[in-house]
Amino acid sequence: MSEVIGIGASPKRKEDARFVRGRGTYVADIKRPDMLVGAFLRSPHAHAYLKSVDVSDALAAPGVVAVYTGEDLKKDNVGGLPVGWGISGKDGNPMKEPPHPPIAVGKVRYVGDAVAFVVAETTDQAEAAAELIRVDYDVLPAVVGVVDALRAGAPAVYDDIEDNLCCDWDLGDAAAVEAAFREAAHVASVELVNNRLIGNPLEPRAAIGEYNFATGQYTLWTTSQFPHVVRLLMGEFVLHIPQHKLRVVAPDVGGGFGVKQFHYAEEAIVTWAAGKLGRPVKWVARRSEGFISDAHGRDHVTEAELAVDENGKFLAMRVKTLANMGAYLSTFGPNIPTNLYAPLLSGVYRIPAIYCEVKCVFTNTVPVDAYRGAGRPEATFVVERLVDLAAREMGIDKIDIRRRNMIPKEAYPYQTPVIVEYDSGDPMGCLDRAEELADVAGFEARRAEAAARGKFRGLGVSTYVEACGLAPSRLAIGLGARSGLYESATVRVHPSGAVTVLIGTHNHGQGHETTFAQIVSQQLGVPFQDIDIVFGDTDRVQHGLGTYGSRSLVVGGAALSRAGDKVILKGRKIAAHQLEASVDDIIFENGEFSVAGTDRKKTFKEIAGSAYVPGNYPLETLEPGLEEQAYYDPINFTYPGGAHFAEIEIDPDTGIVTLERYTAVDDVGTIINPMIVEGQLHGGIVQGIGQALFEHGVYDQSSGQLLSGSFMDYCMPRADNMPQIVLEPHSTPCAHTPMGVKGCGECGTIGSPAAVMSAVVDALKPLGVSHVDMPATPNHIWNIIRNSRAQIAAE
Amino acid sequence: MQSFSYHKPGTVTDAASLLAARDNAALLAGGMTLLPTMKQRLAAPDDIIDLAAIRELSGITMEGEDLVIGAMTRHADVAGSDLVKEVLPALAGLASRIGDQQVRHRGTIGGSISNNDPAADYPAAILALNATIVTSQRAIAADDFFVGLFETALRPGEIVTAIRFPRAKRAAYAKFPNPASRYAIAGVFVAQTGGAVRVAVTGAAPFVFRATDVEAALSANYAVEALERLSIDTQDLMSDIHADREYRGHLVMVMARRAVAESLKRSG
Repeated sequence: MSEVIGIGASPKRKEDARFVRGRGTYVADIKRPDMLVGAFLRSPHAHAYLKSVDVSDALAAPGVVAVYTGEDLKKDNVGGLPVGWGISGKDGNPMKEPPHPPIAVGKVRYVGDAVAFVVAETTDQAEAAAELIRVDYDVLPAVVGVVDALRAGAPAVYDDIEDNLCCDWDLGDAAAVEAAFREAAHVASVELVNNRLIGNPLEPRAAIGEYNFATGQYTLWTTSQFPHVVRLLMGEFVLHIPQHKLRVVAPDVGGGFGVKQFHYAEEAIVTWAAGKLGRPVKWVARRSEGFISDAHGRDHVTEAELAVDENGKFLAMRVKTLANMGAYLSTFGPNIPTNLYAPLLSGVYRIPAIYCEVKCVFTNTVPVDAYRGAGRPEATFVVERLVDLAAREMGIDKIDIRRRNMIPKEAYPYQTPVIVEYDSGDPMGCLDRAEELADVAGFEARRAEAAARGKFRGLGVSTYVEACGLAPSRLAIGLGARSGLYESATVRVHPSGAVTVLIGTHNHGQGHETTFAQIVSQQLGVPFQDIDIVFGDTDRVQHGLGTYGSRSLVVGGAALSRAGDKVILKGRKIAAHQLEASVDDIIFENGEFSVAGTDRKKTFKEIAGSAYVPGNYPLETLEPGLEEQAYYDPINFTYPGGAHFAEIEIDPDTGIVTLERYTAVDDVGTIINPMIVEGQLHGGIVQGIGQALFEHGVYDQSSGQLLSGSFMDYCMPRADNMPQIVLEPHSTPCAHTPMGVKGCGECGTIGSPAAVMSAVVDALKPLGVSHVDMPATPNHIWNIIRNSRAQIAAE
Repeated sequence: MQSFSYHKPGTVTDAASLLAARDNAALLAGGMTLLPTMKQRLAAPDDIIDLAAIRELSGITMEGEDLVIGAMTRHADVAGSDLVKEVLPALAGLASRIGDQQVRHRGTIGGSISNNDPAADYPAAILALNATIVTSQRAIAADDFFVGLFETALRPGEIVTAIRFPRAKRAAYAKFPNPASRYAIAGVFVAQTGGAVRVAVTGAAPFVFRATDVEAALSANYAVEALERLSIDTQDLMSDIHADREYRGHLVMVMARRAVAESLKRSG
């Protein structure tokens, strides 16, 4: 395949050649010389004082080299895990930001909180020794739900934080909203729960720390979506290692979904222990350990209202959300239900006034942070539930009410009342096409046919917009981000004309090695196979902020394209010299530099070769070499969006919901590789369906034990739960990114829960059901059916 | 996982003497429960006695009118057996829906019933079909074999060698799987043998049980309609995050009706 493969093509993914043959290199595959392994003792209690931790028996056990407690780290001046994004409350005061020691000191605050770390020659020895640690717990009452945590007299997760309240935050114009509600012809309202999710990437987390006495350099191999950020957070705040003495490597990583975009305690502990012991130290999470130590997602309780005029036009929205932070603030915890949530509450609609209040609440649960979509699925769910309810209560068709309120294509750019300005989009176009593809016209016949079989059939719709391509630094820092959110790329052209790209985003399933190579192949005319993409190593890649928030193509791809532009400019200078023409007369097209209006030209490969053989260069004005770097900071978020239709059937005998049809028309801007975009949309949609129908992180209310702590009880979506998904793009190019791209990683997860639940409620409409909380499990649906029938019978 | 000594005897006699001579030994059949619990450090036997090399424990044959399945016969082999499909198609169908492909190619019938997981499928078939459990020491009637949560009538040192199934006039199994684990939340095996009807329920209670009210109703009138107004007592049923007691009880009746309907479509 010695050819240019450019934008719009769907070559098979470069990275799959190693993945499908089992030749990937994951952290767990790495063995360092003389390596030790560690195991954690984790708290079995949700809330307890640590009266004493006696490690003497564990230390004496076979193969054990060291046992560390929180006090040991504290004595050695190891810092707490930092928060990367701070927020301030309504009163202007900063959020409560309690210390987050890597190993608990004084108190454990959730089941899974680390109590001690055992380092031994083998995993078996470390795990066996961990069982010998004697911990004297003074068990305290625990609180796991946000509503309970705010009640007077609730157990205090922190002795010095009143009401377990981290922050009471708001956004929007409360007075304008009040005024609009007074004028409303109708108010739709809903109380809903956005269920807690546990990400469960295929590869569990793992980390290896190593210290080189000769150079004084530490190395951390970790399952991370953002190695440079781990270097910053761990180096500067936790271990006080200067960044030039710390290398962080995130090799092949088996899925992230947000779970791996935080700095975790285990990373710091293995690195610190390696320095103490002078031997590499490895830790690999067991799946069950992941359930109680990977950050969880979602977990909101919300009351929301939508004010509507007599024509079904939206006037204002009011939202009150309680967001579970868990026991400690994870890296981006407080940012997710605030800055990534409230600004999306306008959806694809004109809503003149919006006011949103969010209380971030501490509980005795695993910390909660970003999970694919991160705030935006929660916002979409609120908006779309309200829109469905308004339609139903006012007797307006639910598709029609959306059309009446949508922002028309010509109204872009559109300034919402909640900070963000949408640059481009065509929600009406997406909805029209999705309605056709989903055969909405034929639905009533399908519903009747299902009813004849004794089944309830429902049609659901959701339209959504998201803010991704994180992020314009100016805006983000203004909202509390403690770092910039730009991206960087280096394009290194070798003398052969082959290209190595060094980029700060991280590929853990998204197909970057393919997509980015297509961008370079098109831009420079270099054969696709001659382009390698390097990522995930702070010693190789200059800088980067990593992969999350659908940013890699939008921000990283833009940096790459800018670096490519610089390579072309440098190539033109070289060509001008070689061809004895003025730079201004050199044009670059189809991989060739030529003098405009002549047949004098040099290929890209010739120019690359000559850049490294500068025998006759005018060295005062032309440097040898062909390598360029660019940093790109976006001027706005990007706003992918779309319209999704779900069609489901409910078996009233069992309550089971089966998904019969799923249709999505999404606007992700310019598409580089259609196959990869389809894959991202499929995966995202399925993950969102997981939230709607299957996944539920459940804690026991009194003991604080995680009841859904394994795949026996935490239900992941599976292939046999899914229908064929019908996809079609409806792209409007982004107005401000270099290639017009918008990002596609989270679209599915944002659009699908609302569409599926809209369908579930629609199916149960004959029973008078107006809202169903997620997940719509068989038992949950059966209870609703039974109760609704009993109510109907009573009336 | 803690270290252990591994033994691979070639005969039941050798396996039984190994088992008798050791204090903390475990028999390894398919390992579908034992190995995960060892990895989680919940089980830590000093000796593992692997039954895989004992040829007499595997196989499916007819002995007189009875279908006899060796204890080490894998679920996939039961599911795929022409003989089982002919004599007891409901049993082949049950085996084809245990766990997933990997489990069906490792797990064994003897291992499943010896473990007596409350949500295992085979116990329902064995109890409803009134099968006999043959061990290294004796033959045990199904009604006497399953005695509690993960508890059976097996004595220390006793090894299940085969299961002997009588033919049935009609039989079928219907299960509602746990969406996460895919174990039965309610699995009902209905069997009509001669004049008698036996109905066994798995997944719903701490261990498999016979639904005697359902049996009585079906004995009087073997038809789905006979169960229309019947419900079962939910007092002793399990309740968890997937299915509360009332829902489980309801599902038992739904599965019972579905099993009866299915059994009427075919014989055996």
